[in-house]
Amino acid sequence: MKHLNRKIIYDIILSKFFFIVGLSCLIILFIIMLFLFIEGIPVLNHVSLTDFIFGTSWYPTSDHARFGILPLISASAAVTLLASLLAVPFSLAIAIYLSELAGNLIREIIKPVIEIIASIPSVIIGFFGMVVVAPFLQNNFDLDTGLNLFNAALMLAFMAVPTIASICEDAISSVPASLKEASYALGANRWQTIYHITVPAALSGIWTAIILGISRVIGETMVVLMVAGGAAIIPLSIFDPVRPLTSNIAAEMAEAAVGGPHYRALFAIGIILFIITFIFNIIADYLSGKYKFKEG
Amino acid sequence: MLGYIVKTGFSALSWEFLTTFPKDSMTKGGIFPAIIGTLYLIIGSSIVSIPVGIITAIYLTEYASNEKIVRLIRLGVSNLAGIPSVVFGLFGLSLFVIFLKFGTSILAGSLTLGVLNLPVIIRSTEEALMTVPKTFREASLSLGATRWQTIYRIVLPGALPGILTGVMLSLGRAAGETAPIMFTAAAFFTPDLPTSIFHEVMALPYHIYVMATAGTKILETRPLQYGTAIILITLVLILNMTGLILRYRFRKKLKGI
Repeated sequence: MKHLNRKIIYDIILSKFFFIVGLSCLIILFIIMLFLFIEGIPVLNHVSLTDFIFGTSWYPTSDHARFGILPLISASAAVTLLASLLAVPFSLAIAIYLSELAGNLIREIIKPVIEIIASIPSVIIGFFGMVVVAPFLQNNFDLDTGLNLFNAALMLAFMAVPTIASICEDAISSVPASLKEASYALGANRWQTIYHITVPAALSGIWTAIILGISRVIGETMVVLMVAGGAAIIPLSIFDPVRPLTSNIAAEMAEAAVGGPHYRALFAIGIILFIITFIFNIIADYLSGKYKFKEG
Repeated sequence: MLGYIVKTGFSALSWEFLTTFPKDSMTKGGIFPAIIGTLYLIIGSSIVSIPVGIITAIYLTEYASNEKIVRLIRLGVSNLAGIPSVVFGLFGLSLFVIFLKFGTSILAGSLTLGVLNLPVIIRSTEEALMTVPKTFREASLSLGATRWQTIYRIVLPGALPGILTGVMLSLGRAAGETAPIMFTAAAFFTPDLPTSIFHEVMALPYHIYVMATAGTKILETRPLQYGTAIILITLVLILNMTGLILRYRFRKKLKGI
């Protein structure tokens, strides 16, 4: 009996231990937030919130340092928008093809290939953009530099396609067969069924995929650091060199004095990125939870 | 794309390239310290992320009874997964490098990468645990086993291949990430191999980045950059392929039940 008791106590202690470790993700998330805010918020001693967000000049190292991140925000927005425009239709086509049209064998081959592409380190994609795509753009479009907004968007789209396509594919595959069968029974052909039934039914999943994809594009650092060109200006053409938020942090952190205004400003940019991706993730989570098809 | 890089960079590869130090201020020689550095970071990050990740997943699927807490933790995991890698770098810099005074070191870089990889391991472990049929657990419990005995003897062995897949994928990610280690672990050049976890290291992805963007001899060192890129791609692909093959065989076995 004593032995049994000990086992049960042991079990209870273990379950408490698992609970505490289980909370670690939330704790880590909280600590990340805490440290970003501790390091970033004091930038407001040097610049007002409106000047920080809407200021158009970013000269962190000059004698009269200016910390306006509008050029960086607009660069991030432009790159993200362009990358999404390139990636979303393509991903959707892949997802529809894989879930509705492709045979089993092709699916078994393409799905791992997509996963492999998703696993290529971003620094490799950035490197490819630098040594192959940039010279190509420069020569064929008669540009000053091939390292620009368009190049970055192209590389980011390449990175986003696997993410968006695989989540879309899951969403489309989870549409119950009975819906499609009903559509066929009413005389609809395959394309009509996909267009009018399957895709609308999977729409919340597709939106989740797009939002997660966009969120990854905003946060991607190495690619934009290497191929976006790095000029802190508000882009007027898709061939302008730009400097998105993420690459700005990566490029300047090494030279910013710890605790100085520049250092604070970079952490404040980190806060902005954190908040943006946080919101996107909450939306994605909400959408994916809301309209899930029940199995059966 | 991979084909192009491999074709162009192949000539730079040699046994010497893999086993020697950089020479003549990085314009010649090999990438041995960067390979070793990346291996250290992979190992270090997995010491952090594997135990915590697997335990969290076990808690979520096996222990947790409160729906609200489970939902909250899952939300935390997906948000953690969504944080940009450069923000992880900032976090690592402020907490590990500065606040805890680890300095730019293997330790700080490993911890940062470990935290970054947690969501990957948690998700894949959860998935693997859920594939173990509920009846197995009920049978074990009805025989008088405690919850932990059931998990340890029945559930974990069944889910092991799936868990290993997640571990492999996360290792591949740790090997390729650049932004989180830029401020926390990576050095452009170290004359010696690191001998302590408080030393900074060279790492393959950072090596590619620096060689391709900084310095005065970018064009002359192109072959070295291609060569380093090939090594990194090979490393990441091996880790990922192992993971995918494991999962493929695991799924086949599941269908057989």
